[in-house]
Amino acid sequence: MIEGLHPALLMLLGALVLPLLRGIWQKVLSVLVPVLALIAVAQISPGSSAEFRFVGVDLVMFQADQLSLVFAWVFAIMAVIGNIYAWHINDTGQRVSAFLYIGSAFGVVFAGDWFTLLVAWEVMAFASAYLIFASASRAAVAAGFRYLMVHVVGGVLLFGGIILHGVQTGSYLTGPLDHGAGGLAYNLILISFMLNAAVPPLSAWLTDAYPEATVTGAVFLSAFTTKTAVYVLIRNYPGAEVLVGFGVAMALYGVVFAVLENDCRRLLGYHIISQVGYMVAAVGIGTEMALNGAASHAFAHILYKGLLFMGAGAVILMTGRRKLTEMGGLYRTMPITVFLYMIGALAISAFPLFSGFVSKSMIISAANGDHRAAVALLLTVASSGTFLHTGLKLPYYMFFGKDCGLRPAEPPLNMLLAMGLAALFCIGIGIFPQLLYAQLPYPVDYHPYSGSHVTESLGLLMFTLLAFVLFLKYLDPEKTISLDTDWFYRRGASLFMWIARRPVLIWEQWLITLGDGAGLRLMHRLSRVSLRLDTQVIDAAVNGVALTALRLGMLLRHLQSGIVSHYALAMIVGLILLFGWPLYVAMGAP
Amino acid sequence: MIARLVNFFGEKRHAKLRWRLLQVVLVLIVIADALVVHPHTQFPWQAVPGYSAAFGFISCVAIIFISKFIGHSGGIMRDEDYYD
Repeated sequence: MIEGLHPALLMLLGALVLPLLRGIWQKVLSVLVPVLALIAVAQISPGSSAEFRFVGVDLVMFQADQLSLVFAWVFAIMAVIGNIYAWHINDTGQRVSAFLYIGSAFGVVFAGDWFTLLVAWEVMAFASAYLIFASASRAAVAAGFRYLMVHVVGGVLLFGGIILHGVQTGSYLTGPLDHGAGGLAYNLILISFMLNAAVPPLSAWLTDAYPEATVTGAVFLSAFTTKTAVYVLIRNYPGAEVLVGFGVAMALYGVVFAVLENDCRRLLGYHIISQVGYMVAAVGIGTEMALNGAASHAFAHILYKGLLFMGAGAVILMTGRRKLTEMGGLYRTMPITVFLYMIGALAISAFPLFSGFVSKSMIISAANGDHRAAVALLLTVASSGTFLHTGLKLPYYMFFGKDCGLRPAEPPLNMLLAMGLAALFCIGIGIFPQLLYAQLPYPVDYHPYSGSHVTESLGLLMFTLLAFVLFLKYLDPEKTISLDTDWFYRRGASLFMWIARRPVLIWEQWLITLGDGAGLRLMHRLSRVSLRLDTQVIDAAVNGVALTALRLGMLLRHLQSGIVSHYALAMIVGLILLFGWPLYVAMGAP
Repeated sequence: MIARLVNFFGEKRHAKLRWRLLQVVLVLIVIADALVVHPHTQFPWQAVPGYSAAFGFISCVAIIFISKFIGHSGGIMRDEDYYD
């Protein structure tokens, strides 16, 4: 038993109450509940757990240790910041789905068994998809369906892997998967985790969907899905060698695609992939320092990436534009947005005194300490690219550069406040790294502020700036889109339709002609026999059933309003009950 | 204050000053890099003053040109209505 409440339960209860409130009360609750969740996380002591026995399987719905608590802390902080950022919107659906999304992310980090994890995992996918659909444009709805499709496939792989693993080992508890390393269960679960971590080639869903999400929804999206994946990788696959190569490839892949990108939030999306690459590589290295690095980098990343998405979102909200080729010169009227965005940019670029400096370098040092010079070198190249794009290219073409003539005002105060809070964390962690290090799963003996580390980092970054200044004209964004692995399912769909229209249809018609000849005579004879059977035996039974169904149908007709939002509400209530009830019971009904 | 700082980086009339400032900062960084001790390096050349500066410059140039080459010649960059 634990004292207090499971933060997920708080978010779920909040999601139930939110639709009952309107206006200012709903806004207040949307910030109050995440604050309560933050307090609830503060009450949890490592080592506590809560179990629930369900159809013969022990479900550990709550299990807290140092690792889960690091992620819970940053999720709760980001939940508060994200909801302040979304204060001005009047969209109950988005608030409820954001609550469910955050709650299920808590569910994943505190899950002690695979079934709890799976349910929370699935709720996350559906709740987050709503934040994309809520944009309501045609492109957003299409991207939302592609997003859902990919994550449903990932969920099925995870489910299959869990069942196989359970049958083979007899245990459904999470933890490092040593059993059957390289076997089918091991790989199925690993692939589903890599899909959510956006490891190429399973990464296109992220850059396809995030830029289509609502301005406030994208901030939540940037924080939770990929980082819960990093969490489950640390928990279950520490030291899985295959992740080192994938992680490094990811870090560079994001950098290359960011050069080509013109959509501001898609560019930031490619840099989520790049940054998560550091974490994935660190999980693969698997030493205590590397795992500490992965956890601390995830912590810092959620806050600075949230800040960057908030900055880009503010520009999109105030200008209605999203392409770099259509922006420029906005610094004149949005200086505070520029300033706050740049704090996030300096943090992601790992400038001394900013959060990335104390977390990213831990991973590179861990790579060096494990005698992986090539890994450390390639991750350093990616660091240069990170500053080049998020710190130089994006702000230059968005805020400075060629004047596009727009003079937008600063965004609403709540958005600036949320960005300011995130910026405080980016600087605070950079100046007082011990505060973050004390929360990490393993003891930390690492001091980022050595003389050589500072001068080397500044050298790397400032000479990247020099190259940017000298070769600026080659970086001009172009009015293009980049093909990624989503090409296979986007073009694959048209290929599927072509097969359905041409070969399948022709084959079907041939079958029909065949059937009309010889087949038809045989069928006639058969049907006469079955007619007799039908009229005498089955009809009587069917009539009885039909009458019952008719009565039931009349009853159901009153329940069917035909309004999609009613159905959506019913589904959400169902989801909450499905997940919330066992949780409530497991917590001993506080 | 924030607005003045941001304006300094935006306005054309400060361009020359910005360029001078950057040059001074770059020189200072290389000098500082020569003064600090470089403990436990993997390779001897990592202790050469300004190594990471050169590494950053070359990385950045490589990223720009290799990425654009892949994008244009590899058929990755397409018209915006490609999927429509």
